[in-house]
Amino acid sequence: MPVFWLVLILLALGVGGYVFGRSRAMASAGGDSRKLHSLPNYYGSNVAIKALVPSFLVLFIWLIAQPMFISSQIAGQLPDDIVPEGGSIGLIMAEVRRTAEGIDAIVAAGGMTEEMASSGRADITDFTARLQEAGQVVTGTVTQPILRAAQSYRSMTATGSLAMTVVVLLMTAAGLVYGLRETFPEFRARNVVEASVKMLLIAAASLAILTTIGIVLSLVFNTVEFFRIYPASDFFGSLTWSPSFQGNSQLGIWPLLWGTLYISVIALLVAVPIGLFAAIYLSEYAPKSVRATAKPLLEILAGIPTIVYGLFALLTVGPMLVKVFGDGGLGWMQSGTAVMTAGLVMGVMLIPFVSSLSDDIINAVPQAMRDGSFGLGATKSETIRQVVLPAALPGIVGAILLAASRAIGETMIVVLGAGAAARLSLNPFEAMTTVTAKIVSQLTGDSDFASPEALVAFALGMTLFIITLGLNVFALYIVRKYREQYE
Amino acid sequence: MTYATHEGAKRHGSLLTVDAKTKTRNAAETRFRIYGIIAILAGLSFLVILAFSIIRSGLPAFSANMVEVELTLTPEQYADAEAQLFKTRAYEQVFNAAFTSELQERGLDTEFDAESIQRIIGNTGATLRSFYRANEDMLGQPVTFNLPTASRVDGYFKGRLLRENVTDSRFLTLADLDLADELKEAGLIQSKFNWTFITGKDSSVDNPGGAGIGASVVGSFAMMLVVLFLSLPIGVAASIYLEEFAPKNRWTDLIEVNISNLAAVPSIVFGILGLAAFIQFAHLPQSAPLVGGLVLTLMTLPTIIISTRASLKSVPPSIRDAALGVGASKMQAVFHHVLPLAMPGILTGTIIGLAQALGETAPLLLIGMVGFVAREYPGGLASAFMDPNSAMPAQIYTWAARSDDAFYEKAWGGIIILMVFLLAMNILAIILRRRFERRW
Repeated sequence: MPVFWLVLILLALGVGGYVFGRSRAMASAGGDSRKLHSLPNYYGSNVAIKALVPSFLVLFIWLIAQPMFISSQIAGQLPDDIVPEGGSIGLIMAEVRRTAEGIDAIVAAGGMTEEMASSGRADITDFTARLQEAGQVVTGTVTQPILRAAQSYRSMTATGSLAMTVVVLLMTAAGLVYGLRETFPEFRARNVVEASVKMLLIAAASLAILTTIGIVLSLVFNTVEFFRIYPASDFFGSLTWSPSFQGNSQLGIWPLLWGTLYISVIALLVAVPIGLFAAIYLSEYAPKSVRATAKPLLEILAGIPTIVYGLFALLTVGPMLVKVFGDGGLGWMQSGTAVMTAGLVMGVMLIPFVSSLSDDIINAVPQAMRDGSFGLGATKSETIRQVVLPAALPGIVGAILLAASRAIGETMIVVLGAGAAARLSLNPFEAMTTVTAKIVSQLTGDSDFASPEALVAFALGMTLFIITLGLNVFALYIVRKYREQYE
Repeated sequence: MTYATHEGAKRHGSLLTVDAKTKTRNAAETRFRIYGIIAILAGLSFLVILAFSIIRSGLPAFSANMVEVELTLTPEQYADAEAQLFKTRAYEQVFNAAFTSELQERGLDTEFDAESIQRIIGNTGATLRSFYRANEDMLGQPVTFNLPTASRVDGYFKGRLLRENVTDSRFLTLADLDLADELKEAGLIQSKFNWTFITGKDSSVDNPGGAGIGASVVGSFAMMLVVLFLSLPIGVAASIYLEEFAPKNRWTDLIEVNISNLAAVPSIVFGILGLAAFIQFAHLPQSAPLVGGLVLTLMTLPTIIISTRASLKSVPPSIRDAALGVGASKMQAVFHHVLPLAMPGILTGTIIGLAQALGETAPLLLIGMVGFVAREYPGGLASAFMDPNSAMPAQIYTWAARSDDAFYEKAWGGIIILMVFLLAMNILAIILRRRFERRW
């Protein structure tokens, strides 16, 4: 692992620079640290930063850029007719990489000398046999162009790594020298070090933006790719969802959106009344001791992983519902996985979400409003219904919207509890499926990412992202606006 | 002098008697209160039902019905068996002989055929052979074998499989169950603690008995290490900047809005990000705990940043002022004084964020931790991060997706283990908070 060693060497150089810079600073001040502008440690840190930061930056960028550069070079070298009908250049490149890695592994294991591996006259059948012998994954026989490409891939990678090592080490050395040269008593080492630490802090904080950009880019690129091979009008216009990996799929989003909304509505029908009444009781009626135990207990429900709820839906709630509504009972339900199952369980999951948000909001309503109402002779429940709740309403609506966005984005409960059939139906005891469940089913498995059946998941993800983002922004806006009202 | 006419304000009897209107109002009051109590009780009863069904369905996974047989294989028998064409058959015969004598010792002389035994305990010959080939020095000495019963028989003893539902097949016959009952009565089949479940690896679809969660615990642990080592420093750095240094400008606003929005993005979207960025773009290995850790880091960062900022905020400004007053720079004041004081709160928030990440499943589905069957423990430190592995929630999902009662039992058992980990982490967080929390 040469990069690993390179990093270790760099770190060692950095530590060396620190020690060296510190002692040089002390020496320049004649051993009296009071003559220095900053504490001696800052001089050491300054040298280490000068040595390490630029070289690590270069190393990082190089590591990302080199494979991309080499891939594009190799792809240019490959003959045009190598891409089979219906295949893609990506698959060929993956094979080239695999072959190159296989050769590396054999050379490392001593099964082949370096000359043999990079020789231009290397025999193909021999290579295939050796690769397979060494337990490397090779599909069929390695063809001539692939082998040549793999060989030039290897040589370019080797050259690139060598160049990278040299450049990075040179930069470190230059940084060390520069840092040591500016180490003299008047140098404001602390300010420089603190400025770089601040840059680091800013970079860490900006990671949030980078993540968002990453999400948006990965969704947008693949969605655009999807709409290039599958018409957007069908995606938004068709009422059937029937993907088939032989092609000829119907990928209409409406059945999925319908399932998502139906399940979310049922979940909210469970969670909102229970959560709201629980919040009202806890904040207005409950004695302190009840509140102190019931609130954390309810919040446990929010801390339980969703996979647990999923299993609970599949194995406990589903069979229970079938017993009541199935063929033995009312005869409405065919199997345990249904909209009702997923909706009920999701509702349970959302109870603490609704209750603790509403609790905060109800508590934020000023006591003076309650006292005014009591003074007019209203009972407690009248006060709550006619004064507290109307005052808290915008906040509660915000809380419900946040819960709705949770419900729409929830995955494990619907994957396990709602079934897999995409259909537009009004019967809540039928199996339906959701956007999230279909993202999972289209992207797991070994389908290649170029087919519309796999790419549709990104379009679904984009839809999901936009819907939940919209709900969240709207809800936060309402909540914030409401909070300001009483502050 | 004129008096106001009393007609508009008629008295409704005495204050001591409750009139109809007051009665309805009081009834409404009581009803409203009862609704509240019902809501609380409903929420709590869901919790109880959930806990009950986890424990009831999960506990059987921790026990297994085993057959304990002591037998001695002489070196001659070993050489003889190894020389035969059907080697495991030869071992099976040795086993059956030992088993018969054990039965007779206990005063049981039921007629049984070898196939019936095989259906109850599985392929004994292969187990024996692999044991003796690995431990040739045990030849000639008495060895006690604990052989797990076949999953159907195990299920029969645990009540998963009912006698009415058994039809004679090549996997199990009713006669086998009679025999198994007798063996159980004679104490030959005993219910024992199932260590395989805790330390074992995942098994193939047709062998639920051998499936264990151990390998995926290692996978989860590796992911949590990645999350801890990335999200704690990055989260703390970001919070320090936002809380202590950030000027009020557009960039800061943008970061704030982003963090609060990321906290509410569905976890599956992070899975899509992981798939596109780390696997498609950066060519990191699929199903590797490193990738899982990276995705979960991005997911938990907002949580950690929010809690870290809260604990930084709770350090009173007088601390900063005092540090600045004796000549510390702003950076020194923050790093030498504010940060150490906020550390307990930060650690508490981090542990809770880690607990959240540990139970997260949806993003792991997309980066391929589900399709992978964790048959082996990772070979070393690098392999624990880079080689495909499963993780606890992904393993539970894999078992649940196999649609087999025996694997459902494993899934519930896995949930118990997952919940134990989560409980331990949350208790640790509570203890940390109680112990070190300061009230200023």
